[in-house]
Amino acid sequence: MSTTTTTTANGPAYRPSAAKRAQVWLANHFAMLTAILVLLYLFLPVAYTFAFSFNDHGKTNIVWQGFTWEHWQDPCGVPGVCGSLVTSLQVGAISTLVATVLGTMMALAMVRYRFRGKAASNVLIFVPMATPEIVMGAALLTIFVQGFSNIGISLGFTTIVFAHIMFCLSFVVVTVKARIQSLDPRIEEAAQDLYASPMQTFWKVTFPLILPGIAGAAMLAFSLSFDDFIITNFVSGNESTFPKFVYVASRRGIPAEANVIGFSMFVLAVLLVVGAQFVGSVRASRVKE
Amino acid sequence: MTALAHAAVDPGGVDPAPPAPEAAKRSWTAYLLLLPGVLWLGVFFLLPLVQLAAVSLQSRYPGFAGYYYRDLNFANYASALTDYAPHFARSFLYAGLATLLAFALAYPLAYAMAFKAGKWRNLMMICVIAPFFTSFILRTFAWSQILADEGWVVGGLELLHLLPGGQIINTPVAVVAGLTYNFLPFMVLPIYASLERADPRVIEAGGDLYANGFTTFRTVTLPMSMPGVLAGTLLTFIPAAGDFVNMELLGPQQGKMVGNVINDQFLAIPGGYPVAAALSFTLMAAILVMVFLYVRRFGTEELV
Repeated sequence: MSTTTTTTANGPAYRPSAAKRAQVWLANHFAMLTAILVLLYLFLPVAYTFAFSFNDHGKTNIVWQGFTWEHWQDPCGVPGVCGSLVTSLQVGAISTLVATVLGTMMALAMVRYRFRGKAASNVLIFVPMATPEIVMGAALLTIFVQGFSNIGISLGFTTIVFAHIMFCLSFVVVTVKARIQSLDPRIEEAAQDLYASPMQTFWKVTFPLILPGIAGAAMLAFSLSFDDFIITNFVSGNESTFPKFVYVASRRGIPAEANVIGFSMFVLAVLLVVGAQFVGSVRASRVKE
Repeated sequence: MTALAHAAVDPGGVDPAPPAPEAAKRSWTAYLLLLPGVLWLGVFFLLPLVQLAAVSLQSRYPGFAGYYYRDLNFANYASALTDYAPHFARSFLYAGLATLLAFALAYPLAYAMAFKAGKWRNLMMICVIAPFFTSFILRTFAWSQILADEGWVVGGLELLHLLPGGQIINTPVAVVAGLTYNFLPFMVLPIYASLERADPRVIEAGGDLYANGFTTFRTVTLPMSMPGVLAGTLLTFIPAAGDFVNMELLGPQQGKMVGNVINDQFLAIPGGYPVAAALSFTLMAAILVMVFLYVRRFGTEELV
Protein backbone atom coordinates (compact mmCIF):
# COMPACT_ATOMS: atom_id res chain seq x y z
CA MET A 1 0.00 0.00 0.00
CA SER A 2 2.58 2.52 1.13
CA THR A 3 4.67 2.01 -2.02
CA THR A 4 1.85 3.05 -4.33
CA THR A 5 1.12 6.23 -2.40
CA THR A 6 4.77 7.35 -2.43
CA THR A 7 5.14 6.79 -6.17
CA THR A 8 2.07 8.87 -6.98
CA ALA A 9 3.05 11.51 -4.45
CA ASN A 10 6.14 12.26 -6.54
CA GLY A 11 3.91 14.26 -8.85
CA PRO A 12 1.71 13.68 -11.86
CA ALA A 13 4.69 13.77 -14.23
CA TYR A 14 6.19 10.61 -12.77
CA ARG A 15 4.65 7.44 -14.12
CA PRO A 16 6.34 4.14 -13.23
CA SER A 17 6.91 1.66 -15.99
CA ALA A 18 4.50 -1.20 -16.52
CA ALA A 19 7.05 -3.68 -15.18
CA LYS A 20 7.53 -1.59 -12.05
CA ARG A 21 3.79 -1.31 -11.54
CA ALA A 22 3.36 -5.04 -11.98
CA GLN A 23 6.09 -5.60 -9.42
CA VAL A 24 4.40 -3.30 -6.90
CA TRP A 25 1.04 -4.91 -7.51
CA LEU A 26 2.56 -8.35 -7.00
CA ALA A 27 4.29 -7.24 -3.78
CA ASN A 28 1.01 -5.89 -2.44
CA HIS A 29 -1.01 -8.95 -3.37
CA PHE A 30 1.60 -11.66 -2.79
CA ALA A 31 0.03 -12.93 0.45
CA MET A 32 -3.48 -12.91 -1.02
CA LEU A 33 -2.43 -14.71 -4.21
CA THR A 34 -0.59 -17.38 -2.25
CA ALA A 35 -3.59 -17.70 0.05
CA ILE A 36 -5.92 -18.32 -2.89
CA LEU A 37 -3.55 -20.94 -4.31
CA VAL A 38 -3.39 -22.71 -0.94
CA LEU A 39 -7.19 -22.67 -0.69
CA LEU A 40 -7.44 -24.19 -4.17
CA TYR A 41 -4.98 -26.86 -3.03
CA LEU A 42 -7.19 -27.57 -0.01
CA PHE A 43 -10.22 -27.99 -2.25
CA LEU A 44 -8.63 -30.03 -5.04
CA PRO A 45 -9.28 -33.46 -3.46
CA VAL A 46 -12.83 -32.40 -2.57
CA ALA A 47 -13.37 -31.55 -6.23
CA TYR A 48 -12.01 -34.98 -7.18
CA THR A 49 -14.34 -36.67 -4.70
CA PHE A 50 -17.24 -34.77 -6.24
CA ALA A 51 -16.24 -35.48 -9.83
CA PHE A 52 -15.72 -39.20 -9.24
CA SER A 53 -19.17 -39.49 -7.67
CA PHE A 54 -20.39 -39.28 -11.28
CA ASN A 55 -17.94 -41.84 -12.61
CA ASP A 56 -19.55 -44.67 -14.53
CA HIS A 57 -17.04 -47.09 -13.11
CA GLY A 58 -16.80 -50.84 -13.24
CA LYS A 59 -15.11 -52.72 -10.43
CA THR A 60 -12.80 -49.92 -9.31
CA ASN A 61 -13.48 -46.19 -9.16
CA ILE A 62 -9.94 -44.99 -9.86
CA VAL A 63 -9.83 -43.89 -13.49
CA TRP A 64 -12.49 -41.74 -15.19
CA GLN A 65 -14.71 -43.87 -17.38
CA GLY A 66 -17.73 -41.74 -18.23
CA PHE A 67 -20.58 -39.77 -16.73
CA THR A 68 -23.59 -41.20 -14.92
CA TRP A 69 -26.29 -40.06 -12.46
CA GLU A 70 -26.70 -43.61 -11.24
CA HIS A 71 -24.80 -43.27 -7.95
CA TRP A 72 -26.67 -40.12 -6.94
CA GLN A 73 -30.00 -41.80 -7.65
CA ASP A 74 -29.28 -44.68 -5.30
CA PRO A 75 -26.49 -43.80 -2.81
CA CYS A 76 -27.34 -46.86 -0.70
CA GLY A 77 -26.93 -49.15 -3.69
CA VAL A 78 -23.72 -50.67 -2.39
CA PRO A 79 -24.06 -53.08 0.54
CA GLY A 80 -22.87 -51.67 3.85
CA VAL A 81 -22.39 -48.04 2.87
CA CYS A 82 -25.58 -46.62 4.37
CA GLY A 83 -25.44 -48.92 7.38
CA SER A 84 -21.99 -47.56 8.21
CA LEU A 85 -23.23 -44.00 7.66
CA VAL A 86 -26.10 -44.53 10.13
CA THR A 87 -23.65 -45.98 12.67
CA SER A 88 -21.37 -42.95 12.26
CA LEU A 89 -24.28 -40.53 12.70
CA GLN A 90 -25.48 -42.34 15.83
CA VAL A 91 -22.00 -42.50 17.33
CA GLY A 92 -21.46 -38.84 16.47
CA ALA A 93 -24.76 -37.73 18.03
CA ILE A 94 -24.30 -39.62 21.32
CA SER A 95 -20.61 -38.72 21.69
CA THR A 96 -21.27 -35.08 20.90
CA LEU A 97 -24.09 -34.83 23.43
CA VAL A 98 -22.16 -36.45 26.29
CA ALA A 99 -18.82 -34.78 25.51
CA THR A 100 -20.44 -31.34 25.19
CA VAL A 101 -22.27 -31.59 28.52
CA LEU A 102 -19.28 -32.98 30.44
CA GLY A 103 -16.83 -30.65 28.71
CA THR A 104 -18.89 -27.53 29.36
CA MET A 105 -19.12 -28.42 33.05
CA MET A 106 -15.36 -28.89 33.17
CA ALA A 107 -14.74 -25.61 31.36
CA LEU A 108 -16.95 -23.74 33.85
CA ALA A 109 -15.05 -25.27 36.75
CA MET A 110 -11.68 -24.43 35.18
CA VAL A 111 -12.45 -20.78 34.50
CA ARG A 112 -14.83 -19.75 37.25
CA TYR A 113 -13.41 -21.55 40.31
CA ARG A 114 -10.20 -21.79 42.22
CA PHE A 115 -9.53 -25.20 43.71
CA ARG A 116 -6.88 -27.70 44.68
CA GLY A 117 -5.76 -29.86 41.77
CA LYS A 118 -6.47 -27.29 39.08
CA ALA A 119 -3.03 -27.62 37.51
CA ALA A 120 -3.33 -31.41 37.45
CA SER A 121 -6.77 -31.15 35.84
CA ASN A 122 -5.32 -28.84 33.22
CA VAL A 123 -2.65 -31.42 32.36
CA LEU A 124 -5.25 -34.21 32.25
CA ILE A 125 -7.27 -32.16 29.75
CA PHE A 126 -4.24 -31.19 27.66
CA VAL A 127 -2.40 -34.51 27.37
CA PRO A 128 -5.08 -36.38 25.32
CA MET A 129 -4.76 -33.68 22.65
CA ALA A 130 -0.97 -34.15 22.55
CA THR A 131 -1.18 -37.95 22.36
CA PRO A 132 -1.05 -39.53 18.90
CA GLU A 133 -4.34 -41.18 18.03
CA ILE A 134 -2.66 -44.48 17.36
CA VAL A 135 -1.39 -44.62 20.96
CA MET A 136 -4.86 -43.87 22.34
CA GLY A 137 -6.40 -46.44 20.04
CA ALA A 138 -3.85 -49.07 21.04
CA ALA A 139 -4.28 -48.30 24.75
CA LEU A 140 -8.07 -48.54 24.49
CA LEU A 141 -7.81 -51.80 22.57
CA THR A 142 -5.66 -53.39 25.27
CA ILE A 143 -8.01 -52.39 28.08
CA PHE A 144 -11.16 -53.29 26.18
CA VAL A 145 -9.81 -56.70 25.21
CA GLN A 146 -7.97 -57.60 28.40
CA GLY A 147 -10.15 -55.81 30.94
CA PHE A 148 -13.61 -54.75 29.80
CA SER A 149 -14.44 -57.99 28.03
CA ASN A 150 -14.41 -59.61 31.49
CA ILE A 151 -17.34 -57.44 32.55
CA GLY A 152 -19.32 -58.19 29.41
CA ILE A 153 -18.41 -55.25 27.19
CA SER A 154 -16.99 -56.46 23.90
CA LEU A 155 -15.67 -54.41 20.99
CA GLY A 156 -18.44 -52.71 19.03
CA PHE A 157 -20.82 -49.77 19.11
CA THR A 158 -20.49 -49.16 22.87
CA THR A 159 -16.69 -49.12 22.88
CA ILE A 160 -16.64 -46.76 19.88
CA VAL A 161 -18.89 -44.32 21.75
CA PHE A 162 -16.78 -44.57 24.94
CA ALA A 163 -13.63 -43.78 22.97
CA HIS A 164 -15.17 -40.94 20.97
CA ILE A 165 -16.51 -39.18 24.08
CA MET A 166 -13.00 -39.38 25.53
CA PHE A 167 -11.14 -37.77 22.63
CA CYS A 168 -13.83 -35.13 21.99
CA LEU A 169 -13.92 -34.06 25.63
CA SER A 170 -10.66 -32.10 25.72
CA PHE A 171 -11.51 -30.20 22.55
CA VAL A 172 -14.90 -29.22 24.00
CA VAL A 173 -13.24 -27.99 27.19
CA VAL A 174 -10.71 -25.72 25.44
CA THR A 175 -13.35 -24.35 23.06
CA VAL A 176 -15.91 -23.50 25.75
CA LYS A 177 -13.15 -22.26 28.07
CA ALA A 178 -12.06 -19.72 25.47
CA ARG A 179 -15.63 -18.43 25.26
CA ILE A 180 -16.09 -18.17 29.03
CA GLN A 181 -12.76 -16.38 29.38
CA SER A 182 -13.89 -13.78 26.88
CA LEU A 183 -17.00 -12.92 28.93
CA ASP A 184 -17.07 -9.76 30.93
CA PRO A 185 -17.57 -10.92 34.55
CA ARG A 186 -19.21 -7.60 35.37
CA ILE A 187 -22.34 -8.75 33.51
CA GLU A 188 -22.74 -11.61 35.96
CA GLU A 189 -21.94 -9.33 38.87
CA ALA A 190 -24.67 -6.98 37.69
CA ALA A 191 -27.17 -9.86 37.68
CA GLN A 192 -26.23 -10.71 41.25
CA ASP A 193 -26.49 -7.07 42.27
CA LEU A 194 -30.06 -7.26 41.00
CA TYR A 195 -30.70 -10.13 43.47
CA ALA A 196 -30.53 -12.99 40.98
CA SER A 197 -29.69 -16.30 42.66
CA PRO A 198 -26.58 -18.12 41.42
CA MET A 199 -28.81 -20.54 39.49
CA GLN A 200 -30.79 -17.70 37.90
CA THR A 201 -27.57 -15.90 37.04
CA PHE A 202 -26.24 -18.97 35.34
CA TRP A 203 -29.31 -19.94 33.31
CA LYS A 204 -30.49 -16.41 32.44
CA VAL A 205 -27.15 -14.66 31.92
CA THR A 206 -24.07 -16.88 31.68
CA PHE A 207 -25.55 -19.76 29.71
CA PRO A 208 -27.05 -17.69 26.86
CA LEU A 209 -23.76 -15.81 26.57
CA ILE A 210 -21.61 -18.94 26.30
CA LEU A 211 -24.12 -20.79 24.10
CA PRO A 212 -22.34 -19.87 20.82
CA GLY A 213 -19.15 -21.36 22.28
CA ILE A 214 -21.01 -24.51 23.32
CA ALA A 215 -22.57 -24.80 19.85
CA GLY A 216 -19.16 -24.41 18.24
CA ALA A 217 -17.71 -27.04 20.56
CA ALA A 218 -20.54 -29.43 19.71
CA MET A 219 -19.91 -28.96 15.98
CA LEU A 220 -16.21 -29.55 16.49
CA ALA A 221 -16.92 -32.68 18.55
CA PHE A 222 -19.32 -34.04 15.94
CA SER A 223 -16.89 -33.49 13.09
CA LEU A 224 -14.03 -35.09 15.07
CA SER A 225 -16.19 -38.09 15.88
CA PHE A 226 -17.71 -38.44 12.43
CA ASP A 227 -14.36 -38.38 10.66
CA ASP A 228 -12.34 -40.44 13.12
CA PHE A 229 -10.76 -43.53 11.67
CA ILE A 230 -7.58 -44.41 13.56
CA ILE A 231 -9.04 -44.84 17.06
CA THR A 232 -12.30 -46.28 15.72
CA ASN A 233 -10.37 -48.90 13.77
CA PHE A 234 -8.85 -50.17 17.01
CA VAL A 235 -11.99 -50.31 19.13
CA SER A 236 -14.76 -51.14 16.64
CA GLY A 237 -14.50 -54.93 16.34
CA ASN A 238 -16.90 -55.95 13.60
CA GLU A 239 -18.89 -52.70 13.70
CA SER A 240 -18.32 -50.48 10.66
CA THR A 241 -18.38 -46.69 10.65
CA PHE A 242 -18.36 -44.59 7.49
CA PRO A 243 -14.61 -43.82 7.52
CA LYS A 244 -13.87 -47.47 8.27
CA PHE A 245 -16.09 -48.55 5.38
CA VAL A 246 -14.24 -46.19 3.04
CA TYR A 247 -10.83 -47.34 4.27
CA VAL A 248 -11.64 -51.02 3.88
CA ALA A 249 -13.14 -50.36 0.46
CA SER A 250 -10.10 -48.33 -0.65
CA ARG A 251 -8.09 -51.51 -1.11
CA ARG A 252 -10.22 -52.42 -4.10
CA GLY A 253 -11.45 -48.96 -5.06
CA ILE A 254 -14.00 -46.88 -3.20
CA PRO A 255 -17.51 -47.18 -4.71
CA ALA A 256 -18.84 -43.87 -6.08
CA GLU A 257 -21.77 -44.14 -3.64
CA ALA A 258 -19.31 -43.33 -0.85
CA ASN A 259 -18.23 -40.24 -2.81
CA VAL A 260 -21.89 -39.20 -3.04
CA ILE A 261 -22.33 -39.53 0.72
CA GLY A 262 -18.99 -37.88 1.52
CA PHE A 263 -19.71 -34.92 -0.72
CA SER A 264 -23.29 -34.55 0.56
CA MET A 265 -22.01 -34.39 4.14
CA PHE A 266 -19.60 -31.68 3.00
CA VAL A 267 -22.40 -29.61 1.45
CA LEU A 268 -24.63 -30.07 4.51
CA ALA A 269 -21.85 -29.03 6.90
CA VAL A 270 -20.91 -25.97 4.85
CA LEU A 271 -24.56 -24.86 4.72
CA LEU A 272 -24.76 -25.32 8.48
CA VAL A 273 -21.61 -23.27 9.11
CA VAL A 274 -22.72 -20.51 6.73
CA GLY A 275 -26.14 -20.50 8.38
CA ALA A 276 -24.62 -20.28 11.84
CA GLN A 277 -22.41 -17.38 10.72
CA PHE A 278 -25.44 -15.62 9.27
CA VAL A 279 -27.48 -16.06 12.46
CA GLY A 280 -24.48 -14.87 14.46
CA SER A 281 -24.07 -11.70 12.39
CA VAL A 282 -27.82 -10.93 12.54
CA ARG A 283 -27.74 -11.32 16.32
CA ALA A 284 -24.63 -9.16 16.56
CA SER A 285 -26.18 -6.35 14.49
CA ARG A 286 -29.35 -6.50 16.63
CA VAL A 287 -27.28 -6.10 19.78
CA LYS A 288 -25.56 -3.08 18.26
CA GLU A 289 -28.89 -1.44 17.46
CA MET B 1 -4.18 -25.44 21.72
CA THR B 2 -6.65 -22.86 22.88
CA ALA B 3 -5.67 -20.93 19.81
CA LEU B 4 -7.05 -23.62 17.52
CA ALA B 5 -10.31 -23.91 19.35
CA HIS B 6 -10.60 -20.18 19.52
CA ALA B 7 -10.09 -19.76 15.81
CA ALA B 8 -12.33 -22.67 14.93
CA VAL B 9 -15.21 -21.37 16.93
CA ASP B 10 -15.02 -17.66 16.88
CA PRO B 11 -13.47 -16.41 13.66
CA GLY B 12 -14.57 -12.89 14.39
CA GLY B 13 -12.45 -12.77 17.49
CA VAL B 14 -13.38 -11.47 20.90
CA ASP B 15 -11.66 -8.96 23.09
CA PRO B 16 -10.25 -10.51 26.22
CA ALA B 17 -12.28 -9.37 29.18
CA PRO B 18 -10.83 -8.67 32.61
CA PRO B 19 -10.27 -11.88 34.60
CA ALA B 20 -13.06 -13.06 36.85
CA PRO B 21 -12.78 -12.55 40.58
CA GLU B 22 -12.35 -16.16 41.57
CA ALA B 23 -11.58 -16.13 45.25
CA ALA B 24 -15.18 -15.88 46.37
CA LYS B 25 -16.33 -19.09 44.72
CA ARG B 26 -16.60 -22.20 46.89
CA SER B 27 -14.59 -25.05 45.55
CA TRP B 28 -16.89 -28.05 46.13
CA THR B 29 -19.08 -26.89 43.25
CA ALA B 30 -15.97 -26.98 41.07
CA TYR B 31 -15.31 -30.60 42.05
CA LEU B 32 -18.90 -31.57 41.24
CA LEU B 33 -18.61 -29.92 37.83
CA LEU B 34 -15.27 -31.57 37.14
CA LEU B 35 -16.01 -35.03 38.49
CA PRO B 36 -17.80 -36.70 35.53
CA GLY B 37 -15.32 -35.45 32.95
CA VAL B 38 -12.28 -36.28 35.06
CA LEU B 39 -13.68 -39.74 35.75
CA TRP B 40 -14.23 -40.26 32.03
CA LEU B 41 -10.68 -39.23 31.17
CA GLY B 42 -9.40 -41.36 34.04
CA VAL B 43 -11.21 -44.51 32.93
CA PHE B 44 -10.83 -44.10 29.17
CA PHE B 45 -7.50 -42.29 28.89
CA LEU B 46 -5.26 -42.83 31.93
CA LEU B 47 -6.34 -46.39 32.78
CA PRO B 48 -5.87 -47.63 29.19
CA LEU B 49 -2.39 -46.09 29.17
CA VAL B 50 -1.56 -47.99 32.38
CA GLN B 51 -2.87 -51.16 30.76
CA LEU B 52 -0.83 -50.41 27.62
CA ALA B 53 2.27 -50.06 29.82
CA ALA B 54 1.47 -53.40 31.44
CA VAL B 55 0.97 -55.07 28.06
CA SER B 56 4.26 -53.66 26.79
CA LEU B 57 5.99 -55.80 29.44
CA GLN B 58 3.95 -58.97 28.93
CA SER B 59 5.29 -62.16 27.40
CA ARG B 60 3.73 -64.49 24.90
CA TYR B 61 2.83 -68.11 25.73
CA PRO B 62 4.95 -70.00 23.27
CA GLY B 63 2.72 -71.68 20.74
CA PHE B 64 -0.44 -69.80 21.76
CA ALA B 65 -0.64 -66.68 19.64
CA GLY B 66 -2.82 -64.06 21.25
CA TYR B 67 -2.30 -65.30 24.84
CA TYR B 68 0.00 -63.37 27.13
CA TYR B 69 1.09 -63.54 30.76
CA ARG B 70 2.10 -60.79 33.15
CA ASP B 71 5.82 -60.25 33.13
CA LEU B 72 8.57 -57.65 33.15
CA ASN B 73 9.79 -58.45 29.69
CA PHE B 74 11.93 -55.48 28.71
CA ALA B 75 13.02 -57.35 25.60
CA ASN B 76 9.86 -55.94 23.99
CA TYR B 77 11.37 -52.47 24.28
CA ALA B 78 14.73 -53.68 23.01
CA SER B 79 12.93 -55.11 19.99
CA ALA B 80 10.92 -51.94 19.50
CA LEU B 81 14.03 -49.77 19.54
CA THR B 82 16.35 -51.94 17.45
CA ASP B 83 14.13 -53.77 14.95
CA TYR B 84 11.97 -50.74 14.29
CA ALA B 85 14.46 -47.86 14.58
CA PRO B 86 14.21 -47.12 10.82
CA HIS B 87 10.43 -46.89 11.14
CA PHE B 88 10.75 -44.35 13.93
CA ALA B 89 13.30 -42.39 11.91
CA ARG B 90 10.99 -42.32 8.88
CA SER B 91 7.98 -41.27 10.96
CA PHE B 92 9.81 -38.33 12.49
CA LEU B 93 11.48 -37.37 9.20
CA TYR B 94 8.27 -37.42 7.15
CA ALA B 95 6.28 -35.70 9.91
CA GLY B 96 9.02 -33.06 10.26
CA LEU B 97 9.09 -32.38 6.52
CA ALA B 98 5.29 -32.22 6.40
CA THR B 99 5.30 -29.77 9.31
CA LEU B 100 7.81 -27.49 7.54
CA LEU B 101 5.85 -27.61 4.28
CA ALA B 102 2.57 -27.00 6.07
CA PHE B 103 4.13 -24.00 7.81
CA ALA B 104 5.34 -22.58 4.48
CA LEU B 105 1.85 -22.93 2.99
CA ALA B 106 -0.12 -21.95 6.07
CA TYR B 107 1.66 -18.74 7.00
CA PRO B 108 0.81 -16.72 3.86
CA LEU B 109 -2.77 -17.96 4.07
CA ALA B 110 -3.13 -17.05 7.76
CA TYR B 111 -1.41 -13.72 7.11
CA ALA B 112 -3.72 -12.86 4.22
CA MET B 113 -6.74 -13.82 6.30
CA ALA B 114 -5.65 -11.68 9.23
CA PHE B 115 -4.46 -8.55 7.39
CA LYS B 116 -5.56 -8.55 3.74
CA ALA B 117 -8.90 -10.31 3.55
CA GLY B 118 -11.20 -7.58 4.87
CA LYS B 119 -14.80 -8.63 4.36
CA TRP B 120 -13.72 -11.94 2.81
CA ARG B 121 -12.23 -13.06 6.10
CA ASN B 122 -15.14 -15.24 7.28
CA LEU B 123 -15.52 -16.78 3.84
CA MET B 124 -11.83 -17.72 3.82
CA MET B 125 -12.20 -19.18 7.30
CA ILE B 126 -15.06 -21.36 6.08
CA CYS B 127 -12.93 -22.42 3.12
CA VAL B 128 -10.15 -23.55 5.46
CA ILE B 129 -12.47 -25.62 7.63
CA ALA B 130 -14.83 -26.89 4.91
CA PRO B 131 -12.62 -29.62 3.37
CA PHE B 132 -12.60 -31.24 6.83
CA PHE B 133 -16.20 -32.21 6.27
CA THR B 134 -15.38 -34.61 3.47
CA SER B 135 -14.01 -37.74 5.10
CA PHE B 136 -10.21 -37.48 5.27
CA ILE B 137 -9.86 -40.99 3.87
CA LEU B 138 -11.88 -39.99 0.80
CA ARG B 139 -9.62 -36.96 0.33
CA THR B 140 -6.45 -38.98 0.83
CA PHE B 141 -7.72 -41.49 -1.70
CA ALA B 142 -8.38 -38.59 -4.08
CA TRP B 143 -4.68 -37.71 -3.77
CA SER B 144 -3.81 -41.21 -4.92
CA GLN B 145 -5.86 -40.44 -8.04
CA ILE B 146 -4.34 -36.98 -8.50
CA LEU B 147 -0.78 -38.27 -8.16
CA ALA B 148 -1.37 -41.45 -10.16
CA ASP B 149 1.06 -42.34 -12.95
CA GLU B 150 -1.46 -41.50 -15.67
CA GLY B 151 -2.65 -38.30 -13.92
CA TRP B 152 -2.02 -34.69 -15.01
CA VAL B 153 0.47 -33.94 -12.22
CA VAL B 154 2.87 -36.70 -13.26
CA GLY B 155 2.20 -35.96 -16.94
CA GLY B 156 2.94 -32.26 -16.48
CA LEU B 157 6.13 -32.85 -14.52
CA GLU B 158 7.36 -35.38 -17.05
CA LEU B 159 6.70 -32.92 -19.85
CA LEU B 160 8.97 -30.45 -18.04
CA HIS B 161 11.53 -33.22 -17.38
CA LEU B 162 11.20 -32.54 -13.66
CA LEU B 163 10.42 -36.10 -12.63
CA PRO B 164 13.46 -38.35 -13.02
CA GLY B 165 11.82 -41.33 -11.25
CA GLY B 166 8.71 -41.10 -13.41
CA GLN B 167 6.48 -41.77 -10.39
CA ILE B 168 5.06 -39.97 -7.36
CA ILE B 169 2.47 -42.37 -6.02
CA ASN B 170 3.93 -45.20 -3.91
CA THR B 171 6.95 -43.06 -3.01
CA PRO B 172 7.81 -41.18 0.22
CA VAL B 173 7.16 -37.93 -1.68
CA ALA B 174 3.48 -38.85 -1.95
CA VAL B 175 3.38 -39.69 1.76
CA VAL B 176 4.85 -36.32 2.76
CA ALA B 177 2.46 -34.59 0.35
CA GLY B 178 -0.48 -36.41 1.90
CA LEU B 179 0.60 -35.62 5.46
CA THR B 180 1.13 -31.96 4.55
CA TYR B 181 -2.31 -31.77 3.02
CA ASN B 182 -4.19 -33.56 5.78
CA PHE B 183 -2.83 -31.50 8.67
CA LEU B 184 -2.55 -28.10 6.96
CA PRO B 185 -5.71 -26.62 8.55
CA PHE B 186 -4.29 -27.45 12.00
CA MET B 187 -1.39 -25.16 11.12
CA VAL B 188 -3.50 -22.39 9.59
CA LEU B 189 -6.04 -21.93 12.39
CA PRO B 190 -3.72 -21.25 15.36
CA ILE B 191 -1.40 -19.00 13.32
CA TYR B 192 -4.41 -17.06 12.12
CA ALA B 193 -5.75 -16.81 15.67
CA SER B 194 -2.55 -15.27 16.99
CA LEU B 195 -2.08 -12.92 14.00
CA GLU B 196 -5.67 -11.83 14.28
CA ARG B 197 -5.12 -10.83 17.89
CA ALA B 198 -2.00 -8.84 16.98
CA ASP B 199 -2.45 -5.10 16.76
CA PRO B 200 -1.82 -4.02 13.13
CA ARG B 201 -0.64 -0.65 14.43
CA VAL B 202 2.40 -2.34 15.98
CA ILE B 203 3.33 -3.68 12.54
CA GLU B 204 2.76 -0.26 10.97
CA ALA B 205 5.05 1.18 13.60
CA GLY B 206 7.80 -1.10 12.28
CA GLY B 207 7.39 0.52 8.86
CA ASP B 208 7.31 4.00 10.40
CA LEU B 209 10.66 3.24 12.00
CA TYR B 210 12.09 2.66 8.51
CA ALA B 211 12.26 -1.11 8.74
CA ASN B 212 11.73 -2.63 5.30
CA GLY B 213 8.98 -5.17 4.73
CA PHE B 214 11.10 -8.19 5.46
CA THR B 215 12.70 -6.75 8.59
CA THR B 216 9.29 -5.75 9.95
CA PHE B 217 8.04 -9.25 9.27
CA ARG B 218 11.05 -10.92 10.91
CA THR B 219 11.29 -8.70 13.97
CA VAL B 220 7.66 -7.75 14.61
CA THR B 221 5.05 -9.90 12.85
CA LEU B 222 6.66 -13.31 13.22
CA PRO B 223 7.44 -12.99 16.95
CA MET B 224 3.88 -11.84 17.60
CA SER B 225 2.54 -14.96 15.91
CA MET B 226 4.90 -17.35 17.72
CA PRO B 227 2.24 -18.80 20.07
CA GLY B 228 0.21 -19.74 17.00
CA VAL B 229 3.22 -21.13 15.14
CA LEU B 230 4.09 -23.21 18.19
CA ALA B 231 0.59 -24.63 18.58
CA GLY B 232 0.32 -25.18 14.82
CA THR B 233 3.58 -27.11 14.51
CA LEU B 234 2.60 -29.34 17.43
CA LEU B 235 -0.89 -29.93 16.06
CA THR B 236 0.66 -30.91 12.71
CA PHE B 237 3.68 -32.88 13.87
CA ILE B 238 2.03 -35.05 16.53
CA PRO B 239 -0.75 -36.56 14.40
CA ALA B 240 1.57 -36.79 11.38
CA ALA B 241 4.17 -38.77 13.33
CA GLY B 242 1.56 -41.29 14.45
CA ASP B 243 -0.30 -41.52 11.14
CA PHE B 244 -0.43 -44.66 9.05
CA VAL B 245 -3.28 -43.93 6.66
CA ASN B 246 -1.26 -41.72 4.29
CA MET B 247 1.50 -44.34 4.12
CA GLU B 248 -1.06 -47.08 3.52
CA LEU B 249 -2.93 -45.26 0.75
CA LEU B 250 -0.11 -43.29 -0.91
CA GLY B 251 3.18 -44.84 0.15
CA PRO B 252 5.47 -47.65 -0.96
CA GLN B 253 5.07 -51.29 0.06
CA GLN B 254 8.46 -51.28 1.79
CA GLY B 255 9.75 -48.69 4.24
CA LYS B 256 6.65 -48.04 6.33
CA MET B 257 6.24 -45.70 9.29
CA VAL B 258 5.95 -46.68 12.93
CA GLY B 259 2.17 -46.17 12.87
CA ASN B 260 1.83 -48.89 10.26
CA VAL B 261 3.84 -51.31 12.39
CA ILE B 262 1.74 -50.60 15.49
CA ASN B 263 -1.47 -50.98 13.53
CA ASP B 264 -0.40 -54.25 11.87
CA GLN B 265 1.05 -55.75 15.04
CA PHE B 266 -2.17 -55.09 16.92
CA LEU B 267 -4.75 -55.86 14.28
CA ALA B 268 -3.19 -58.11 11.65
CA ILE B 269 -0.38 -60.14 13.22
CA PRO B 270 -1.40 -62.67 15.90
CA GLY B 271 0.65 -62.35 19.08
CA GLY B 272 1.90 -58.88 18.31
CA TYR B 273 0.46 -57.08 21.32
CA PRO B 274 3.51 -56.72 23.62
CA VAL B 275 5.93 -55.37 21.02
CA ALA B 276 3.21 -53.15 19.53
CA ALA B 277 2.45 -51.78 23.00
CA ALA B 278 6.16 -51.12 23.56
CA LEU B 279 6.30 -49.32 20.21
CA SER B 280 3.25 -47.20 21.13
CA PHE B 281 4.75 -46.27 24.46
CA THR B 282 8.08 -45.39 22.91
CA LEU B 283 6.33 -43.23 20.32
CA MET B 284 4.34 -41.42 22.97
CA ALA B 285 7.40 -40.89 25.18
CA ALA B 286 9.48 -39.62 22.25
CA ILE B 287 6.76 -37.18 21.25
CA LEU B 288 6.21 -35.94 24.81
CA VAL B 289 9.95 -35.35 25.24
CA MET B 290 10.11 -33.48 21.94
CA VAL B 291 7.05 -31.41 22.82
CA PHE B 292 8.53 -30.60 26.22
CA LEU B 293 11.90 -29.50 24.80
CA TYR B 294 10.25 -27.58 21.99
CA VAL B 295 7.83 -25.75 24.27
CA ARG B 296 10.68 -24.92 26.67
CA ARG B 297 12.73 -23.50 23.83
CA PHE B 298 10.01 -21.48 22.07
CA GLY B 299 7.15 -21.69 24.50
CA THR B 300 4.87 -19.09 25.93
CA GLU B 301 2.36 -19.33 28.71
CA GLU B 302 -0.41 -19.36 26.19
CA LEU B 303 -0.03 -23.00 25.29
CA VAL B 304 -1.49 -25.14 28.09
